[in-house]
Amino acid sequence: MDGMTEFAPENFGPPAPPLLSVENVTLEYKTPGRVVRATQNVSFDVWEADRFILLGASGCGKSTLLKAVGGFIAPRKGRIVLDGRTIQGPGPDRVVVFQEFDQLPPWKTVRENVAFPMRASGRVGRKEAAERAEHYIEKVGLSRFADAYPNTLSGGMKQRVAIARALAMEPRVLLMDEPFAALDALTRRKMQEELLALWEEVRFTLLFVTHSIEEALVVGNRIALLSPHPGRMRAEINSHEWDLSSGGSSQFQAAANHIHRLLFEEAVAVDGANDE
Amino acid sequence: MSKILSSGSKTNPRITPPVRPEYELPLEPLAHATSGEGLPVYNRLWQHTWIRKGLILFCLALLWEIAARLQGNELLLPPFSAAVKALVDDVASGVIPSRAFNSLDVLVKGYAIGVVLAFVLTSLAVSTQIGRDLLSTLTSMLNPLPPIALLPLALLWFGLGQGSLVFVLIHSVLWPLALNMYTGFTGVPETLRMTGRNYGLRGLRYVLLILVPAALPSIIAGLKIGWAFAWRTLIAAELVFGASSGKGGLGWYIFQNRNELYTDRVFAGLITVILFGLLVENVLFRQLEQRTVTKWGMAR
Repeated sequence: MDGMTEFAPENFGPPAPPLLSVENVTLEYKTPGRVVRATQNVSFDVWEADRFILLGASGCGKSTLLKAVGGFIAPRKGRIVLDGRTIQGPGPDRVVVFQEFDQLPPWKTVRENVAFPMRASGRVGRKEAAERAEHYIEKVGLSRFADAYPNTLSGGMKQRVAIARALAMEPRVLLMDEPFAALDALTRRKMQEELLALWEEVRFTLLFVTHSIEEALVVGNRIALLSPHPGRMRAEINSHEWDLSSGGSSQFQAAANHIHRLLFEEAVAVDGANDE
Repeated sequence: MSKILSSGSKTNPRITPPVRPEYELPLEPLAHATSGEGLPVYNRLWQHTWIRKGLILFCLALLWEIAARLQGNELLLPPFSAAVKALVDDVASGVIPSRAFNSLDVLVKGYAIGVVLAFVLTSLAVSTQIGRDLLSTLTSMLNPLPPIALLPLALLWFGLGQGSLVFVLIHSVLWPLALNMYTGFTGVPETLRMTGRNYGLRGLRYVLLILVPAALPSIIAGLKIGWAFAWRTLIAAELVFGASSGKGGLGWYIFQNRNELYTDRVFAGLITVILFGLLVENVLFRQLEQRTVTKWGMAR
């Protein structure tokens, strides 16, 4: 019910300036011998409480783009603006959840892992950090494992810890880099469900990278499609009408096919031209 | 090939699995996991590391005793029992404890300074390009240089005192430890590094809160190697250079007794060195590992 108000006619259209603006960003990274262009002239806006998806095949620079928003890579051209300020480097206002399980320091228990960034960034006092950690560990359903070390947890539980840790920081934008890609299909579905339930409750702003069209439609309310080599903007699509229950419907299939065409038809044509 | 496949799947199915009725069950209640309580006594005893290691030591001592008895010349190889007796006598008279204290005193000083310097060098190396070049140049230059070869120079610079011993000890600890630490730091996963930077950690806090714990398996390995190198260097240096201002260590004790052909005491001195090694390795480092890297699942 809550979600309806957002799309009521009087609220239609942008209510305020966007929270995060990526403006004509070109990203390049060096490999031994040559410079690889990851994205070219990419622009998009993310609004408060968006679940914004970056979708594309591998090589479209979506992960590199996310890292640039995280501040780990400086754009070659263009700029990235958060809350009116250009992003200069990594900071605790943009917390990243990675795909890899080794993002959790193995020397800290679940509780310490969640509390650690709040203490390390100096934003929260000891007592409040402990309380928030408790709260978000409970939210992701890991209270029973609060004193366990990460090496004793399953992959899905590790990702839950990473999500709890990121949410506990209460960042302006939550950045997720294919967070469920290393999980098995059943766990992935469960995690998507839980992530959406958390969003319903907390209303965080999410920038989510994936290469799965289904995941993009289900998790996101808006999807940016990127074409590969180098990553260029192909389209932006609304997906707020889909959720986990709409998986089998024919409209959902049509939307998925539409995205598939947008992503691959041109790519095939270009590849074909390159072959000749 | 394609002909066989198509004909098999379309027109001529050879074996079809039967269609069986479906069923649903309520879940069985949880059963408690069985523990290792039922194992026989010797099996459970065998699980204790110290029992297994004790048995190895006992067998070695037994072999020594038999070999010495067969050979029958106490000047060349006194039996284990004689060496133990000399050890007990000299511990009781206070000679070995004071010698061991002298050695440990120098050892701990050299080791501690070496560890601190190694930490400073590697911290510089992970944070700056020039630090990296400095570390790699220095280690490749100085690591192969035997510490004893520096002793004459050290004597010239620091005189016949503790200073020159500490100097060669630092040299023997610093380079292998720095090399191990640096390897450990470079092996820290990229994701974990980015996580640390994500929280705004920088400089020394980044090294201490992220890199050091993440590289701890390599650091502990380096500390162990450094400890062994330091012992070796110290005993060798004491043998070469003797007592410093009347305060000899274990090396000097061994050297002196060899000159007077008290071979059992020579062995008593060697056993003391070995005992310290076993103690530090199996108690100090073992505890450190169990409380850190083993508990965290970073090493077995």
